Amino acid sequence: MSESLRNDGRVWVPKKKEDCGKKPGEIAEEDRDYYLERKYPSFGNLSPRDIASRAAKEVCDEGRGVGPGGRGVYLDFADAINRLGESAIRERYGNLFEMYARITNENPYKVPMRIYPAVHYTMGGLWVDYNLMSTIPGLHVIGEANFSDHGANRLGASALMQGLADGYFVLPYTVGNYLASAKLAKVTADHPEFKAAVDKVQAMTDKLLSIKGTRTVDSIHRELGNIMWEKCGMARNEKGLKEALELIPKLRDEFWNNVNVPGSGAELNQSLEKAGRVADFLDFAELMVTDALHREESCGGHFREEHQEEGEAKRDDEKFAYAAAWEYAGEGKAPILNKEPLVFDNVHLSTRSYK
Amino acid sequence: MSAGGLNLTLHVWRQSGPNKAGKIVDYPATNISPEMSFLEMLDTVNEGLITSGQEPIAFDHDCREGICGSCGVMINGAAHGPMKQTTACQLHMRTFNNGDEIWIEPWRAQAFPVIKDLVVDRGAFDRIIQAGGFISAPTGSPQDANSLPISKLDADEAMDAAACIGCGACVAACPNASASLFTAAKITHLGHLPQGQPERYRRALKMVTQMDLESFGGCTLFGECQEACPKGISIDTIVQMNRDYIVAAANEREEKAEMGAG
Repeated sequence: MSESLRNDGRVWVPKKKEDCGKKPGEIAEEDRDYYLERKYPSFGNLSPRDIASRAAKEVCDEGRGVGPGGRGVYLDFADAINRLGESAIRERYGNLFEMYARITNENPYKVPMRIYPAVHYTMGGLWVDYNLMSTIPGLHVIGEANFSDHGANRLGASALMQGLADGYFVLPYTVGNYLASAKLAKVTADHPEFKAAVDKVQAMTDKLLSIKGTRTVDSIHRELGNIMWEKCGMARNEKGLKEALELIPKLRDEFWNNVNVPGSGAELNQSLEKAGRVADFLDFAELMVTDALHREESCGGHFREEHQEEGEAKRDDEKFAYAAAWEYAGEGKAPILNKEPLVFDNVHLSTRSYK
Repeated sequence: MSAGGLNLTLHVWRQSGPNKAGKIVDYPATNISPEMSFLEMLDTVNEGLITSGQEPIAFDHDCREGICGSCGVMINGAAHGPMKQTTACQLHMRTFNNGDEIWIEPWRAQAFPVIKDLVVDRGAFDRIIQAGGFISAPTGSPQDANSLPISKLDADEAMDAAACIGCGACVAACPNASASLFTAAKITHLGHLPQGQPERYRRALKMVTQMDLESFGGCTLFGECQEACPKGISIDTIVQMNRDYIVAAANEREEKAEMGAG
């Protein structure tokens, strides 16, 4: 669900494991642990998403999660409804409550929502210069697709900020300037680079369609997702990341030797589209794990279990005050690390505290 | 929580490509969790089809949160299925009973040719938007946030119309396959905001003209569109569209007369 709901909802789990099976209404006020309010009294339920996500994981790891599978915490609107009335809450979040009711068949005006953090947005993206142009001349990258703005605590709907800032304030000048100043010679489909690109895509398509193994594209996608979720998720450690670096190449081999992409390349083929994407995900997952292993600190959404202080992220500004821009070095080659130093002239690095 | 799985019979429209003959093919959907969405049910059936060496059923989908407008199929003759104001991705299998037969077909409209199975080409909607579904605004010069006050009524009406996700259910539900609700929603959305005023009448003229150029039918106020709309867009928007269109047509005639063309 959208994080904006935390503006008025209170997050809690039962204090005792034994209460997890009970209906929320049967759990007395004093038996509830409003853990965000307890741990972060000054920010409470509005603590940023990396903190709130890890805190939810922590209480579920302790066995105090609710709902089937035990991966859930309550987001309770009872107090807000008492305070503001149901109609005010409906006005603010009616569409989200409706969506929730459809998914769960429960009425969130009466019963607390059950939520759990899920992968939704990945910090980082394609490297761009100050004009939002990538390393490919003329290819500008905007919004969430580039690496430039958002860090760990990108909050609900703030992707709009990057879309608007890039689209309103930067691109109208930089794209126009590029188009006006670049020499754009006429190219045709006879250009050797064009032919090379077509041949490459054709070869990949033919290869994917010819394997006809026993695994579906979705099953490999799911397995990869599970590796990333378990080993490179809300909390990571060296052991898990190294395991992922063993598992991902094995899965990639499995994909390229045993995937089953039905149909042909002559008509719309959604399995083929998906296969092309999963092929990219396999490479990209490995890069994300490589980066997470390289970064020996905890910084925002990247929480390395080895680097913490009283349960909170511990940065190492001496060694890691840079954005890592990984350069593709070709198939089967290790990516090259380019360090983009983070220099702060006026506002200096400090450690945030939400306590 | 977890009730037993559902066993269903699907009757699905299969068509290998545009201009190919299509037909209904029957598939069992077994042990379907009632917690699944309709699309997850189709995913499950597709996994089975691929594993048994058959081609999966092609269907459009993207966000699966009910906000992108990609999904949409006729389910038992109703656009997006039996639940009101619900996209197919937000329709859950608990809506069905064990043993049910479900008929799944693509949107049927001349302006939405079938690409494959349940996937149709909704490019006609894009061309209607290109004709006028935009505002021209200077960029790069931020205004003060409160320099353009908008009344709550206007904001609400614009927002209600802006809820249109362009799925095409209105066209599929209309006996005339008219795109009036879609076009009217866009015209109403922009026409109620100050930013939309400079082009308001030209917009109505251009978008309606483009709508007529595509192979959509005319509106005869059946009202099926608003019943099928997953976002609850009202046919009141069509009144707004017609009004703006008439004003635009009259203005155009006057302009021509002044220029000596009339």
